[in-house]
Amino acid sequence: MRIGPVGFRIGSDWRAPIAQLESLYAAYPKPYDGVPDFTVRLFAARPWRRFARPAVMIGGDYVLPEAAPLPLAQGLLAAEMGMNLQMALGQRRYLLLHAAVVERDGQALILTGISGAGKSTLAALLSLRGWRLMGDEFALLDPETGLIHAFPRLISLKNASIATVAAEVPEDRFGPLLEGTPKGSIRHVVPDATAVAAMDAPARPALILFPSFGFEAAARDVSPSEVFVRLTQASTNYVAIGERGFDALTALVKSVPARAVDYPDTASAIAQVEAAWAAR
Amino acid sequence: MDDAGGGTVYRMARPETLKIVHLDSFTAVYHRASGITHLITAPAPEILATLGEAGLTRSALLAQLASDYDLGDADPAALLARLDELVATGLASTA
Repeated sequence: MRIGPVGFRIGSDWRAPIAQLESLYAAYPKPYDGVPDFTVRLFAARPWRRFARPAVMIGGDYVLPEAAPLPLAQGLLAAEMGMNLQMALGQRRYLLLHAAVVERDGQALILTGISGAGKSTLAALLSLRGWRLMGDEFALLDPETGLIHAFPRLISLKNASIATVAAEVPEDRFGPLLEGTPKGSIRHVVPDATAVAAMDAPARPALILFPSFGFEAAARDVSPSEVFVRLTQASTNYVAIGERGFDALTALVKSVPARAVDYPDTASAIAQVEAAWAAR
Repeated sequence: MDDAGGGTVYRMARPETLKIVHLDSFTAVYHRASGITHLITAPAPEILATLGEAGLTRSALLAQLASDYDLGDADPAALLARLDELVATGLASTA
């Protein structure tokens, strides 16, 4: 399958995770020219583990040697983690920022921050309010053009955010509920048809937000140097791509305003995002 | 005053090995030789600019900084400590 500009081939010792991927990614095209950029392999830790208490190991072009296997019921999560891993360790064409991205009027809003800040939830909710979802995990910054490319993989919702989004998104766009994962309960949501149909359209970055969930509503400007430091930390391949990454990131932080927004609930978050967007 | 290095001439690393971008009160410097990004703040960018390619001795650097910038009561020892840090990172050298 192809997600944005990146093609993946997924192989598995079991049929179930592949069937789930085929269903959830049904609207996605094949890789360009049929040639994937990355391969992910889900395989049994031991041959008998295909059948007895099946344990899914994540393999592929790039692997984490210490990664623990997941139960087969979480095979879909293993595939998603495998794809993220290939991107995090192998992507060289784009500067990868750990961020959600939404677009409106051809301009991109980058939502970045630590895990649990609410990036995926916010991106999912904004995509129901006139924004195009470009991705909930990685922003792909093209060093050649300064444009952000979409990577709209399945939206990964955790714990309380599952119910928040389920209140607004039809059930048929949800994957199975995966309980007891290393990050608690996880449920994947298929991006809407617009996000998939328009995923080849990049967008000019116009605003960077650092959302933090769980605080009183507040907002402040973030200086270019602070944005620079936080985005180098939020990038999995900044060091690997060298000077092109430095050029791309310095140009981004010098040209795009940035704000930190704290929010106590999603209604406040949406309101603050819209206010910051209007004032950018 | 720290007089170590006496007549040694200090130079900014060759310009083709550096990429310098002023962000705000901080300046980002990409050091091509190491692939390392440095984020430096006053007085480090001023020291690099003053040394330039031609280079200066420690005492000439202090005199030039004093005449070019409003250093107030800047401590010469502190300025020279910053110079030593720049040498340690490879952004300046004695070569």
